[in-house]
Amino acid sequence: MNKADFPFFHNREIIYLDNAATTQKPQKMLDAMNDYYTKFCSNTHRGSHDLGNKATQEYEDARRSVADFIGANPEEIIFTRGTTEAINLVASSYVKNNFDTVILSELEHHSNILPWQLNDLHIEVLALENDLSIDLKSYEALLKKNPKSFISITHISNAFGIVNPVKELIKLAHQYECKILIDGAQALAHCSIDVKDLEADFYAVSAHKAYGPTGIGALYGKYELLVEMNPYQGGGSMIDDVSFEYSTFLDPPYRFEAGTQAIAEAIGFKAALEYMQELKDLHSHDTSLLSYAKQRLQEIDDIILYTQNTDVSGNISFNIKDIHHDDIGILLSKQDIMLRTGHHCAMPIMKKLGIEGTIRLSFAIYNTKEDIDKCIEALHKAIRMLR
Amino acid sequence: MSQLSIQEEIDLLRNELELFDDVMDKYEYIIELGKQLLPLDEKYQTPMYKVQGCQSQIWLHPYVKEDKVYFEAGGDALIAKGLVDILIRIYSGHSAKEILDTNSATLKELHLSEIISSGRQNGIASMLKRIYGFAKETSTLQTTTDSFAKEVHHERL
Repeated sequence: MNKADFPFFHNREIIYLDNAATTQKPQKMLDAMNDYYTKFCSNTHRGSHDLGNKATQEYEDARRSVADFIGANPEEIIFTRGTTEAINLVASSYVKNNFDTVILSELEHHSNILPWQLNDLHIEVLALENDLSIDLKSYEALLKKNPKSFISITHISNAFGIVNPVKELIKLAHQYECKILIDGAQALAHCSIDVKDLEADFYAVSAHKAYGPTGIGALYGKYELLVEMNPYQGGGSMIDDVSFEYSTFLDPPYRFEAGTQAIAEAIGFKAALEYMQELKDLHSHDTSLLSYAKQRLQEIDDIILYTQNTDVSGNISFNIKDIHHDDIGILLSKQDIMLRTGHHCAMPIMKKLGIEGTIRLSFAIYNTKEDIDKCIEALHKAIRMLR
Repeated sequence: MSQLSIQEEIDLLRNELELFDDVMDKYEYIIELGKQLLPLDEKYQTPMYKVQGCQSQIWLHPYVKEDKVYFEAGGDALIAKGLVDILIRIYSGHSAKEILDTNSATLKELHLSEIISSGRQNGIASMLKRIYGFAKETSTLQTTTDSFAKEVHHERL
């Protein structure tokens, strides 16, 4: 009974199905953050006192945990505010100076579109198949036309749960001398990640979508790329020497972590990763909930499912014919069922489908089949009221 | 048109909404209001009249008739239309001064979370901003002698 691990669910009847936006937090993670604030609150990488050393050690342990979790080396892990900042960092410190063109898929989240636009990069868009999957032949054709480009593609779509064939995408990217970033915001809690096996050049994640705190995430970058990159921001803790005429910077990853870092959040991030590691059924639970949800949704008259035959993970998106998704979202909320309706920060794919948005169920380890049953029951009630 | 003051309209609506013990019944009523909202002329369903920040599309057309401010609106989601209808019932048909003299915080008395909450994605908050903005513009123009400004204002309606 995983709900017991999460104080959010204690003594209340609430069904939370908006996990692709953010998950609830296990007590273990909250305790880890609380320990930092109550037992060894100090700044990192600065003084020589014992508490500062303890905070530094815990912060660096967190970096090691993130590295281990995704198959990287610790010096290849940069702590960021989240996936969004990680992508902005790569756009600003690496891509802007080395590439003219960025290739994106139609499925991308706005945070994987805007950083490239804001850095004045030319964007080439990979069109998806009707089932929202990537056709590797179309992808290769685009690479042929645009070799030596930068590619940025999501691992799992936040709006439709589509799982992209990232290993193949990366392999082909390298055949055409491209570099590639994988947006792993949704993947961290929903599939195994091994950046070395994938051979990703960059991989970005957020803690809060995987039982960790908000305000922290990580960017993995191949070390040989990180050493070539300019700092993203200037500030304390990232310098080797500073004068008014000239300054030099530390090696990666510290070069990219200016100012006091989110220390408690890094420690909480580590605890969240440990929590996930202790779960035996993290991914199988997800698969079984998704297939059950799909089966129950198909029982509803006039349901429009967008990913009937596509490989999905973590979330499922749908609409009800002639009913506005926003009305459904409000009426489910009034029945204590929290899910997300709207464009899910992925307006281009909504425009391609000719819709304003969808209703999205997204799952976490604490969700149960009973949650889905209650959601379907509430959905029937909402539809009756709106017809 | 409206014989009641804005505060009286709010009191009336509060009393109506308080009759519902079950929150779902209350929303059923709002949905009915949404279904009954008169269709907005298509010429006003343009970006100029669109209210930003709504999860659904809402268009608000304000106009002045015999020194009173009126609003009509349209949209594509029923609950949002119902909530908009509530705002129209409260504010439409009153003088700009009366609108400006009413603190929008009074709407909290209705206990409708979609109206109470504010934020970048809250269309109802944007709609209120439009209503008060239009009232302010109208009030300024009613006291000015600048005929050009008046002409520009009327062309935009």
